[in-house]
Amino acid sequence: MSEFSNILLIMFSMVFTENYVLVQFLGICPFLGVSQNLSSCLGMSGAVIFVMTLASAATYGIYQGLMVPFGLEYMSTIIFILVIAALVQLVEIILKKYMKPLYNALGVYLPLITTNCAVLAVTLLNISEEYNFIESCVDGFSAGVGFGLALVLFCGVRRALQRAKPPKSFEGLPITLVAAALTSLTFMGFTGMAEKLFN
Amino acid sequence: MKRKFEIFKNGLFKENPVLILTLGCCSVLAISVTVLGGVGMGLALTFVLVCSNVVISLLRNIIPNKVRIPCYIVVVAAFVTLVEMITEAYMKELYDTMGVFLALIVVNCIVLGRAEMFASKNTVGDSFFDGLGMGLGYTMVITGISIVRELLGSGTLLGYRIIPEGYQLGIVTQTPGGFFCFGGAMAILIACLNKKGRKIDSKTGCGHDCSSCGLGCAGRGGENK
Repeated sequence: MSEFSNILLIMFSMVFTENYVLVQFLGICPFLGVSQNLSSCLGMSGAVIFVMTLASAATYGIYQGLMVPFGLEYMSTIIFILVIAALVQLVEIILKKYMKPLYNALGVYLPLITTNCAVLAVTLLNISEEYNFIESCVDGFSAGVGFGLALVLFCGVRRALQRAKPPKSFEGLPITLVAAALTSLTFMGFTGMAEKLFN
Repeated sequence: MKRKFEIFKNGLFKENPVLILTLGCCSVLAISVTVLGGVGMGLALTFVLVCSNVVISLLRNIIPNKVRIPCYIVVVAAFVTLVEMITEAYMKELYDTMGVFLALIVVNCIVLGRAEMFASKNTVGDSFFDGLGMGLGYTMVITGISIVRELLGSGTLLGYRIIPEGYQLGIVTQTPGGFFCFGGAMAILIACLNKKGRKIDSKTGCGHDCSSCGLGCAGRGGENK
């Protein structure tokens, strides 16, 4: 049972208390860059969830199976970024060939993911947290869900922001960042909840 | 030489990578809690940026166009690993402050962006100064934001107490404070630049000064960014 509650703890903390975008400042560029359009937010989050889960699984195997036996742990940054880049290419090709509808939905967002720092961060943090295989996959998946949640929430905030009339020098990105500050303030309300709920 | 100085100055103000081009915001937001971390991160990024710009510019005629992005990533990742090892060996405290964000310089949009937009098209000397200017522009911004955040949030500067205990605003060191300070800094820069008569489009970073601009939009107002 403790194994199961451990997994629930990882999921809950990744989505809410340790949300990558709004608490840990990872993946800010796509967060600010993706438009106010809800469907593109959903497409982007879908692609990120997909790639993060796969990348967590793949890098776990490569780290434990190849890098630890050969003492190559210090190369993790180089190897992981190449694995992610290759994986994104592979996923793109496979989706294009066999799953056309999914490719049409996610296609344009896939190339952007290689340089999404949240994906590299999740693989590196999996190693430093010493998660096992299942925990790594769950961690990757729920980090992606948390990213998606932040993106979708903020998409609504941005739509409301369009009607606002900020001071001249705040127009555009500065006011968006202030709105992001308020959105992340709401996530501070979750602080400490995960440990209380599952321990 | 004058042109090199222009390129260098460009990165500091007019095309400041963080505040105008809004690249690489993650590490700025996350590491600007303490001044020491901010300066360290800035210098680490400057080093990586200068080295990768020079190497990529040297290899710009050899790297095949089709696989250029993976090539850039490998070059950048090699320098990042170098920086990581040096900081871990000699500056353990700084290494712990920066945590995963040091490794994340690999996917920092500034480094890849400059490789793609500048180093792959310009000479080694120009690329060196572009890297230096952009890196120091980043360092300047992250140091500025971290001074505000450390002073207000923890009441200290580089560890020395300035505001008495109990009077600091804890929220500034946390996530919302980071977003807020960053937004404020951006608004201040835009206000200053607009006052000088140069209109900067806050959405695209276009200053309508195409002759000295590296955005590569060729007068289309940054629409292909």
